[in-house]
Amino acid sequence: MFRKLFLKFFPRSLWVYHANSGGCNGCDIEVLNVLTPYYDVERFGIKLVASPRHADVMLCQGPAMRSTAAALKRAYEAMPSPKIVFAIGSCACGGGIWHDTYNVIGPVEKIIPVNFYIPGCPPRPEAIIYGVALAMGLVDKKVLPSSLKQEELPIPRYHPEDLEMQGDMLVYKKLEKI
Amino acid sequence: MSLLSKIKETWICLKAGKVTLPYPAKPQPAPERFRGRPIFDASKCIGCAGCANNCPAREILVFDVCQEIRILKYLGRRCTYCGRCADLCPEKAITMSKDYETATNNIADLQQRLELFMSTCQRCGRCFKEPTPLEQLKLKGYRFDDLENDRWIFKSKSYFDQFKVTDDIHIELD
Repeated sequence: MFRKLFLKFFPRSLWVYHANSGGCNGCDIEVLNVLTPYYDVERFGIKLVASPRHADVMLCQGPAMRSTAAALKRAYEAMPSPKIVFAIGSCACGGGIWHDTYNVIGPVEKIIPVNFYIPGCPPRPEAIIYGVALAMGLVDKKVLPSSLKQEELPIPRYHPEDLEMQGDMLVYKKLEKI
Repeated sequence: MSLLSKIKETWICLKAGKVTLPYPAKPQPAPERFRGRPIFDASKCIGCAGCANNCPAREILVFDVCQEIRILKYLGRRCTYCGRCADLCPEKAITMSKDYETATNNIADLQQRLELFMSTCQRCGRCFKEPTPLEQLKLKGYRFDDLENDRWIFKSKSYFDQFKVTDDIHIELD
């Protein structure tokens, strides 16, 4: 209880380092957009720092490439220990649409452990703020995996027993349902 | 003089008002033509797998359990929300929602899995012929994508000609 009270009255501020490992700069622009006065994310105490040694949070953009994977891993290891990694954009979450080319290793989670995923190409600035707020416990998670099953065929199936003689014509009984 | 200029500056700042969005406290609706997460409707889907063949990110996997049941799985992790699947769907079973609040701590939360009935041609089973040779190469016939490892497996039609697919079909003649 004291811990919760302490966290409520003394909220920590996250210092953010953003690492682009071969993205297209679209997610970079959205992340910098978040820091502008319009989407002012500094009201949560979030500040962009230039060195991973000062940072608590790493924002990864772009897939893990063959040329930058080692540098990404070194940047992750340079961060001090309670650390969170965000994967921003569909490239960092799943490899992007060029996931099967020769120089793309895959998603960022193949190189470093990822805590939060923000999909989108690029994600809206609101989506990034939502992800940060989810990590800080301000909002609830809204997506869940869905599994749907068809109860019956969407198109009525042809069965010989549904054929009917009307006068001298063969008529399919379920024809009105189509 | 400097005091006057500071008062003037304060007046300008007060007049400008507050610009910052109160976003996580209040909901912020997306603009009108925004494309968000695609939502799959199982009651409308006929299982043609056109979305799976046209997805540029190879994001939609298809697995044929048997002749009658086909599993269609949308991964959602590298989707760019291009809307080609919704554009192509003949039954309009895919709609692009305006849902952008999809941040999770587990990437498997974005998956959607449909289990579909497939009706078969009464003469030859599930088959149809494409008009051009190039499209015949693209035709998959039965699809066995790797659902557990989330991998899309390309197999040409010639692979299936080794096994006589059309012979093992039980035609219902009650």
